[in-house]
Order: sequence, then C-alpha cells, then structure tokens
Amino acid sequence: MLEEPVRRRLMDILGPQGFRDDEQTRVSYSYDATPAYRTKPAGVVFPEATWQVSEIMKVCSEYRIPVVTRGAGSNLCAGTVPGEGELVMVMTRMNRLLEIDCENLTATVQPGLNTKAFHEEVERAGLFYPPDPSSMVICTLGGNIALGSGGLRGLKYGTTKDYVLGLEAVLPNGDVIRTGGKLVKDVAGYDLTRLLVGSGGTLAIITEATLRLVPKPPFRLSMVAVYGDLYGAARSVSSIIAARIIPCTLEFMDQATIRVVEDFARVGLPADAKAILAIEQDGEEEQVRRDLNLISYICRNEGALEVRVAERPEEGEKIMAARRSALAALSRLRPTTILEDATVPRSKIADMVLAIQRIARKYDVQICTFGHAGDGNLHPTALTDARDAEEMQRVERAFEEIFEEAIRLGGTITGEHGVGQVKAPYLEWKAGAAGVELMKRIKQAFDPLGLLNPGKMFAETRKRVVVRR
Amino acid sequence: MNAANANTHANTRAKEDGGAPGTASAGRLEQALRLALDEDALERCMRCGFCQSACPTFRVTGLEAASPRGRIALMKAAYDGFMAADSDFVGQMELCLGCRACEPACPAGVPYGRLIEQAREAIAKGRKQPLRARLAGKILMEGVIARHGVLRGAGRVLRLYQRSGLRAAAHRLGVLRALPPHVREMEASLPEASGRGVIREWLRRGLPARWETDDQGRRLLVVPAEGERAARVGMFRGCVMDVLFLSTNVNTIRLLRAAGFEVVIPEGQKCCGALHAHAGRSAFARRLAADNAAVFRAAGVDWVVSNAGGCGAHLKEYDHVLHGTPSADDGAWLSSRVKDVSELLAESGRPLRLANGAPLVATCQDSCHLRNVMRVKRQPRELMQRVPGLVLREMRDADLCCGSAGIYNVLQPEMSAALLDRKMEQVKATGADVVVTANPGCLLQMRWGIRRAGLEGRVKAVHLVDLLAERLE
Repeated sequence: MLEEPVRRRLMDILGPQGFRDDEQTRVSYSYDATPAYRTKPAGVVFPEATWQVSEIMKVCSEYRIPVVTRGAGSNLCAGTVPGEGELVMVMTRMNRLLEIDCENLTATVQPGLNTKAFHEEVERAGLFYPPDPSSMVICTLGGNIALGSGGLRGLKYGTTKDYVLGLEAVLPNGDVIRTGGKLVKDVAGYDLTRLLVGSGGTLAIITEATLRLVPKPPFRLSMVAVYGDLYGAARSVSSIIAARIIPCTLEFMDQATIRVVEDFARVGLPADAKAILAIEQDGEEEQVRRDLNLISYICRNEGALEVRVAERPEEGEKIMAARRSALAALSRLRPTTILEDATVPRSKIADMVLAIQRIARKYDVQICTFGHAGDGNLHPTALTDARDAEEMQRVERAFEEIFEEAIRLGGTITGEHGVGQVKAPYLEWKAGAAGVELMKRIKQAFDPLGLLNPGKMFAETRKRVVVRR
Repeated sequence: MNAANANTHANTRAKEDGGAPGTASAGRLEQALRLALDEDALERCMRCGFCQSACPTFRVTGLEAASPRGRIALMKAAYDGFMAADSDFVGQMELCLGCRACEPACPAGVPYGRLIEQAREAIAKGRKQPLRARLAGKILMEGVIARHGVLRGAGRVLRLYQRSGLRAAAHRLGVLRALPPHVREMEASLPEASGRGVIREWLRRGLPARWETDDQGRRLLVVPAEGERAARVGMFRGCVMDVLFLSTNVNTIRLLRAAGFEVVIPEGQKCCGALHAHAGRSAFARRLAADNAAVFRAAGVDWVVSNAGGCGAHLKEYDHVLHGTPSADDGAWLSSRVKDVSELLAESGRPLRLANGAPLVATCQDSCHLRNVMRVKRQPRELMQRVPGLVLREMRDADLCCGSAGIYNVLQPEMSAALLDRKMEQVKATGADVVVTANPGCLLQMRWGIRRAGLEGRVKAVHLVDLLAERLE
C-alpha cells in the first residue's frame, strides 16, 4: 500500500475519482492480455490532463514510486503488468481527438483515444489512418505508439512508427517535452519522436500525439488462393512483390490453422490445403481489379490449386473475416492461447514456417501459424494450458528455439507486439550486448531513478538455445 | 498456482502472484465461489478485452472492474485466493446487467452468462441475510413470479388500483412520495394491467379455438391456423407479457394464425425461470424448466414460440439448465425447438398481408437476450421493413442495453438511468415516431425513457407484434 502522504497528494492532484487503491481496482489492473501474468499494483491513477501527469510524476519521483502507464491493456508482451508496490497510470480518460487538420493532413490526439473510433472519425473526413492492429476495437493510440503496433496493412502502408510526426511527453521528473510537429521535414537534433515510439513506457509518458494521415483509398477488394504446398504460397508472396504489386494485406494461414478455422467458421476452406493466402488490395477500382487479376495469374503460376476473387467488396469481407477468425478459432481449442510474433524477411517465410512445424514436433506442443506474409510477420500460436507447468515449460523452450531460428534467418524476436516482460530476456539475442548496453544508457539518461515501467525491456539474458539439427 | 513453480527460470510465462487456493482464511463467500464457478470457463478467458467495447457498464464507467474481462478476473481472483470476495466484489457482480453483449464479441467463446450466474448463486448462498429478507425474496420469486395464477391475481389488484381511482387518489395525496423517485417514475409509465390471461381473453373474445388434452391429461387450448397449416407451434405466454401486455399475446396468436400456424397454448406452462436463474436460485429455476419442457414436448408441437426475448433466450438454454438431470432430454428438445415470433414470421410462415397506413419513421431497439443469446437481429428489422410506408432508421448502439435488464432498473437505478438517458439521445437523433422492441422489459424501460426525456406524445414505444398486428388485413 502507498504511504498516507502519497495517497493524499495524489488525491489532491486527481480528485477522489482519479485515484483508487481498493482491492477490486488493484486486482482489475493487475494484468493485461498476456496469459499468466498478474501482480497487484499499489494503486491506480486516472489522469485527465497533462499537468496532472506531470504533478503525479513529481510526487512519484519524490517518493521513488515506479509507474506503469497503460491504455486498454490489450498488449501481449506483459508490457503493462505492474510490479509490487507500483502505480498504474490509466490514460483512457485522456481520450479526445483534438484536431483533424485537412491542410496539413494530420490529426492531433490524446493518448487514450480508441484506435477504431479514431479510424471512423478520420474516414468520415475522407482521410485514412492505415495502422490497424487486430485489437483496434479496444486498444488506444497511446498504447499503439508506446509499443510500435503493426497490423494487417503493414506491407503497403507501414506501421504506427511511420505515422507519428510529433509527441508531447512527460519525463519522469515531471518535465514536459514536445518533439516533432506537423512537419514532413524536421532534422533539428536527435529524432526523439522515433525514439519514444516503441519505447514501451520506459522513457517518458506520452500525453499527446500528432499523426500523419493519407487520402482514403476509394475502393478495396479481396481474394483467396489455396495451395497444396507451403513453398507455392511463399513463392507467390515473393513473385507478387517482384511483379511490383504491393497489396494492402497479404495474409497467410498454415494447414493446422486452416483446419481449425474451417471447423469453426465453415467457410469452405479445403482441409487438405497446406497453405492459404488471403489478399486485399485498395486504390482506384480499375487499378485494384487489374492488380488482383495479375495476382491471380501469379498464384496459379506458382501452383495454387484454387484462386477465388471476390466479386463485390462485401464478399471480400467474408474472406478477410475467415482470416480474422483464426485466433478466435484457435483460442477455443485449449484453455490458454499464446500468440507470438516472430518475424523474418519475407523471402524466408517458408523456411520459418517449416522450422516452426519442426520445433513444435520436437517439443510435442501444438503450434498453429498464421500471420502477415507480406511483411514476414508470423504468428506462431501455441495452444496449451497455463495450469500445466510441465507443458508450459515445453512451450517456453519451443518459443525460445523459434526466436533463435527467426534471428538466424535475419529476422527478429518481435515484429509488432513489443518487448515488455515477455521478450526482455531475449532482447540481447537481437540487439547484441553492445546494443542493449547503449539502450540502457539511453534509459538512464531519460529516467535516472528507474521509475518508468521497471522490469520491462531489460532483464537477465537467457542463454541461447543450441540448435541441433 | 502450480505454474508458479516454473519460477526457476529468469523468464517464465507463469508470473502470477499470490493465489493460495483453499486457505483456511477463505470466507463463506470464497468457499461458495469455489464450489459454484466453472474453472475451465474462467481459464478460457484470454483477457484480450474485446468484450469491453460491447459492455454497457464499462462504457459508462470506463473502469476495468466494471467490464466482462474485469469481472472474470475478479471471479478468478476470488476463486484462487488472489483477493477476498468483499462487498466491492459483490457490488461489481450486481452491477452487471446480464445483457450478455460480451458473448458475441468474445473470440474465445467464454460462457460469461453462465459465470455471472454462478457467481451470483454463490453470493446468494454465501451471504448472510436476515431471515426476513430471505423469506421476502423467496415469496416474491417463488410464490408470485413463478405462478401464473398468483401473478394474474396481482395483475387484477394492479388493474383495480389503476382503474378504481385509487391511483389518481394516491397521486393526489402524494403517498407515492414514500417510494424512491425511480420507482415512482416507473409506476407512472406502467401500462394497464390485466388479470385475465391470454387463454381466457382469447375465449372471451369468441375467437376460434378448441380444447385438447395431452397424454397426461393436461389441457391445451388449440387455435386453428387460417388457411393451410404450415406448422403446429406452442405458445409460451410469459409472466409479464400475460399481465401487462395481454393484448400483445393476443396479437401474437393473430399473427401466427394469419401466417398459417396452428397455435397451441398448454395450460400447464409456468414461468421460464430466467429471473430465478439470474438471481442465483438455480434449483428452483431447474424445476420450472423441467415442467415447461415436459409440457411443451407432450403438446406435440413443431416449434415453441416466444414473444419475449428474455424468456426465449432462457428457454433456448434449457439444455444447459437441465444438463445432468432426469429432464435433460426434454431440455435439449426444447432448446432446439424454441424460436422468437419474429423468426417464425420472417422465415417459415406465409408472408403477412399488411395494409397501407400513414408514413412512419421507426427505429429498432434490440432486446439484448434476443440478439446476444438467441442471436436474432435481422428478422425483426426485416418484418418492420415489410410494413408499407414504414422507414427504418437505425439508431447508433441499437445493440447496447437500455438498462432494463429484468429487475435491474429497480435494483440499480443510477446505472439504469445513465444507460436509458444515453439510449433516448440516440432515439431522438433518429427522429423516429416509434421505437420498436421485442421484449416486455425493454418496452417498459422505453416507456419510462420516453417519459424521462419528455418525448411523450411525440415518440411511442411498441412491441414488434403490435406494430404488425395493427396493419394486419
């Protein structure tokens, strides 16, 4: 529990509705969407303005109280699970859309604004904000920025990091900084904006963001291609890109996933298919149709057994819905679903999928793989039971080997979920000892007292798995 | 947590703190929760949070604990000793409307409705309540609501009160001031009650009908179809429907006949038991379910039709309610046969012939259990659009609960009113003349809302069945 003077000062800043430390509140902010992590914080604060965030940080600095900032708590890296004695700062009351600037094509938002609600507002103005993490019905833009979220449209449009132009943030000592602005060009000093994107709440607390918008594409259409072998699907991905076509989404499902999805959704996917690609293109109607025709031709050429192009956009919705139901279908099979995001260069997709299948067999765990083939971002998903410690250990070891394999193929341990607590022990595998050391010095410069989200990003490094083949 | 053993690793998935199941200090409620809650269902929640944008109480409060993910986390915490089930815990379980909008939103298929019922059952058992309160609850729930005869008696008293000048006198003398303001407001928007019941009313009107008996000698009123018979359907008349919306029950039969259905009303049917199950009285709810399932099955009907989303949804779950009892078979049968009246009229009967009328702008307020449990949302709208001259204008958040939720509006007036006022804003924004619903609780709440928003005389709330019956040729 927090000391009485701290509680009093927090309540002075926030009012009685803005500070809570009763049991049910502490329990309900003890977790995020990461399976099996749970620790009660000492208290929870709900700021409504930047000055409150700043004042809270001054109190926390004075009393050395660590702070975990969170939006919706939908991340999968335990990036917002607090530690004992820590304060959780919930940003969802700072949820206003401050401005859509149609001359500069920017939007200025508070961090607690829901991503989907933002999409709707922006599209009403005839504009488009492409980053679309799967959790967008609940997640917040602040959380997206803090963890550098991706989404289905990453291949063509990039991810959150490509849309943040400027930030307002509160430093651990309470100072408020502003970075970037409504500027396409700005090379004044270090790029602090980019540094804060993906920093996972360990450097500063984001209190406002200026985001880049693009014109809304007038038309979109989807198609699906079914394969009898994995390499055909993987070659199609490479050939499509080589033909200078960049679809907005290019999604992949392996056989295990296809079977489960078909069992669940009954959309007519062939259970003997080894892989499926679900592809969507947007733009001018004529161009979209031309692209999909060419993609169909390429897929057939690369050995697709079946290619189906939607005739109308609504039909395309069904195809994408089948892909989106993948996680839903998988999560019904076993009590615990662990979704990872090992990512490789897209030319290595087939190798990675085969490696995942081999590793799953080796550790005797059930892993289904689907993901964003276009950008090499795969979601190997383990179906397990958190109550079975022995099985959980095997899952753990399988994932370690998958990370190792991803790095060997020139990839990374996390494409879009972030490091948080889950990936911290593996960060050095990707960034190297000198890289992590530099990151720690950056952390030290921002947060000398170590108050912001301790235990995330950095941890004792796990020994690398010796891959025997 | 046994998984906590894995803590020997620098990194482990099992970073759960606390959790000491079955500790000696666990109180009455914790023990009751351990017995009542389905551990696999708790475990199935993967905490993705997709339920939150569908949850009315989360949307009003913005607090994690007031969301389905939060409530499940609280249940799990109380279950495994991570927290004590204190009064806040109980309050949070009671704040849930039970609208179940979280279920269609859940990717993992967590049976939330079942979990909240289990938690409430444990609360009902584990809580020390004065004998007087326990007795009053029992009499109300088991002696009045569950018995059609007694309930109709209450309806007659209510009618007498409304008609005899007693109501006017009560208003004049201000004796109602003794009641909490929200109850006073609701009293004012109650429709006229009746103690007659649909069977007597149908016969009183001299409409075509005959008596049959089932193999147990129980009486069934059978109303013949008009024209060629499409199917034989059993009518579930409901408690509130039969007392406060008797004419809607009569209209339901008229519509079904016109669409070619033979309508059977078993005399021996009882309350569906939904209110009892939601209030944690599962044993009594099971008895009602067993009786209803047997009576309707013996009536030899193709479908069982309900015109109240709340009842229909509970009937739909009789397979679960009666699972593992001697009536399991009957329960599964009833579950597979129950349909909302809008499903039958939109999909399997002869199309209704509806007369022209004045142009009308209408909006549809989903009944939560009709939409989220029976998964019926398209059919009421299709039927509305078949009414000549009617323009359907959807309101925003039509799928969000209006705050009625059984007797929730009486028990949780603040949250209920907050939801209702938001709802009326959306209704107003459509400019509709009529709000159409398909459940008596929602209908009463809409009437209360129209009164609260000062829209009386401008907006009307009607049951879908009455909207259609008014235009029946």
